[in-house]
Amino acid sequence: MTLSILLVVSAALFCIGLLAALSRRHAIFILIGIEMMLAAANLNFIAFWRFAPQPAQPTGVMVAIFAIAIAAAEAAVGLAMVIAVYRHFRSTNVDQLDRLKG
Amino acid sequence: MSSIAFVAITILTLAAALAAATLQKLMHAALSFAVMFVGISAFFFLLGAEFVGLVQIFVYIGAVAVLIVFTILLTRDDVGKVQSFNWSGVIVAIAVFAGLVWAIANTKSLPLTPPLIEPVRVQRIGELLMTNYVWPLQCVGVLLTAALIGALILVMEEKT
Amino acid sequence: MSDSLDQIFIHAKQWLLSFISGRAPDWLIQIASSLINIATLLGVFLTLFALISVLERKILGRMQNRYGPNRVGPFGLFQPVADGIKMLIKEDIVPDRADKIVHFLAPVLIAATAILSLGVIPYGRNMTPFVIDGGILFFFAVGSTTELAVFMAGWGSNNKFSMLGAMRAIAQMISYELPLIITVLPVVMIVGSLNPDKIVGAQAAYSLGFMPHWFVFTPWGATAFILFFVSGLVESNRTPFDVPEGESEIVAGHMTEYSGFKYATFFMAEYIGMFAISGLGITLFLGGWRAPVHFLDFIPSYVWFFVKLSILLFVYIWLRGTLPRTRVDQIMNFAWKFMLPMAFTCVVAAAVWHYTGRGLRGWLWSLAVIAAVYFTLSILLDTRRKFAPRTYRFAE
Repeated sequence: MTLSILLVVSAALFCIGLLAALSRRHAIFILIGIEMMLAAANLNFIAFWRFAPQPAQPTGVMVAIFAIAIAAAEAAVGLAMVIAVYRHFRSTNVDQLDRLKG
Repeated sequence: MSSIAFVAITILTLAAALAAATLQKLMHAALSFAVMFVGISAFFFLLGAEFVGLVQIFVYIGAVAVLIVFTILLTRDDVGKVQSFNWSGVIVAIAVFAGLVWAIANTKSLPLTPPLIEPVRVQRIGELLMTNYVWPLQCVGVLLTAALIGALILVMEEKT
Repeated sequence: MSDSLDQIFIHAKQWLLSFISGRAPDWLIQIASSLINIATLLGVFLTLFALISVLERKILGRMQNRYGPNRVGPFGLFQPVADGIKMLIKEDIVPDRADKIVHFLAPVLIAATAILSLGVIPYGRNMTPFVIDGGILFFFAVGSTTELAVFMAGWGSNNKFSMLGAMRAIAQMISYELPLIITVLPVVMIVGSLNPDKIVGAQAAYSLGFMPHWFVFTPWGATAFILFFVSGLVESNRTPFDVPEGESEIVAGHMTEYSGFKYATFFMAEYIGMFAISGLGITLFLGGWRAPVHFLDFIPSYVWFFVKLSILLFVYIWLRGTLPRTRVDQIMNFAWKFMLPMAFTCVVAAAVWHYTGRGLRGWLWSLAVIAAVYFTLSILLDTRRKFAPRTYRFAE
């Protein structure tokens, strides 16, 4: 377990998230992809903190905690938007949501 | 011991993430998403950040995964209709991954072994949250309240 | 003598481990030690589950003027064995339209989370199976996974009753998780630690030699304990809050499509969740494994824990025998309009108690805070609606 292997793992996680966000057309999949990318970033924060010369200062831990809180807020608003959009258009396919007029 | 655990957790996390990104059934994808967060929490435990791992499970599996499955439930009529898969995304993702790996492989200054430390204690995190990080904490509180109210207003039935 | 009796299980474990220590690497000893802990936990609590399932029926029977099970074995004590055999040899039915994987995984997940949450509770002196610095957080993090398992059961069954039951269960679990966690907050605040062992340690002292310093004997602690207990009732889906599986309304809720051993797993998870939440309540408010009076300290610590646990379980059964089932809207209103404000009041009252010196003065001040909020709430929530002929609203 070295830092570079951890970074490769989190890079893989990030790219899987990117894949989900770019390839799938369902709005919930896009949200899942974004959450995955945020989690990969969190993993990077923790990994860099752990391998830093002075891990006694838990800066990486604090950043990760705030990132989790913000990701939770983002998920709540995003899913609420999915529901609101679904009510309006009867669809969750982001390709079909191309009208500006409600 | 630690490296065996590392390999096992890596395989679990990446497999669950791939499943979450590619499975056709939305509900299975959402549940794999939850499994992936268990894997990431295990990483945090392995790296000595127990508190973050617990918060991660608490927030993501207890709240976000439940929100996602509820959203799937509420938009159920549409499940299964959205099948299209955009293959250009795969190319972009692989390209980004190759770039990142290239960057990591070419960075020479990465430390190989972690320094020996005591695991970070919850009390220390609490003290820091109330001293150095009190402004970010307040901002996150305001943000969460705003998100709560915003989400409520968004999903409220429109009065016609 | 009493000390060796107190530590007998610790010594037994060390004796078992001494067979491999020295010959095996450290990580193997660690794994063996964990396995011994897990096996003991499972053994003790599955036996307790079997015992409680028959005792509950017997106590309920007595409360309803009948005998209860008394045919199998002495006093009907072998009833759980008979029930278990019956459950095991039943046909395992999976609905044709069900989502097979999710349907299969739901009982596994619900039982796993229930058993995991038992792992951080201190059962006696030096008898915490897994010492985690954030033990209380671990308990709730694992407990929150139950919601997902219930949802999986409801969704996987592909049945409207299952889905309705799961929705009800999740709605009430989320609503009551807030007061449950916020009532834990004052204790964590006063002790300054999330570690269950330290929380028990903080309740160790006695004033005047007989009055234990349990948190339940302070105004905020008593209020928080009552709120915690009610929330625990809801979290474990017990009567009077068992609408998710109200058999007169929606068959058996999320368990409708389960049969045989999977149904038994749900049943077991429910009881184990009840043990876990009672154990946490004991740890937080009732002094954990501490003796209630100083001179009874010679009785081993784990005995005190299980005495307290049985008293709490008896109250659970008693409530089930006494109270009728509440309505869904009543449960929700109660959670958001009463439980949540009162839980926040407990936090404030604990702070007042701390800053007015933790003595008699603090006691009175925190009582005043709680009483003020309680009476304000009861005035605000009283809508002056007296009993009137019931109006019926039908579904469209």
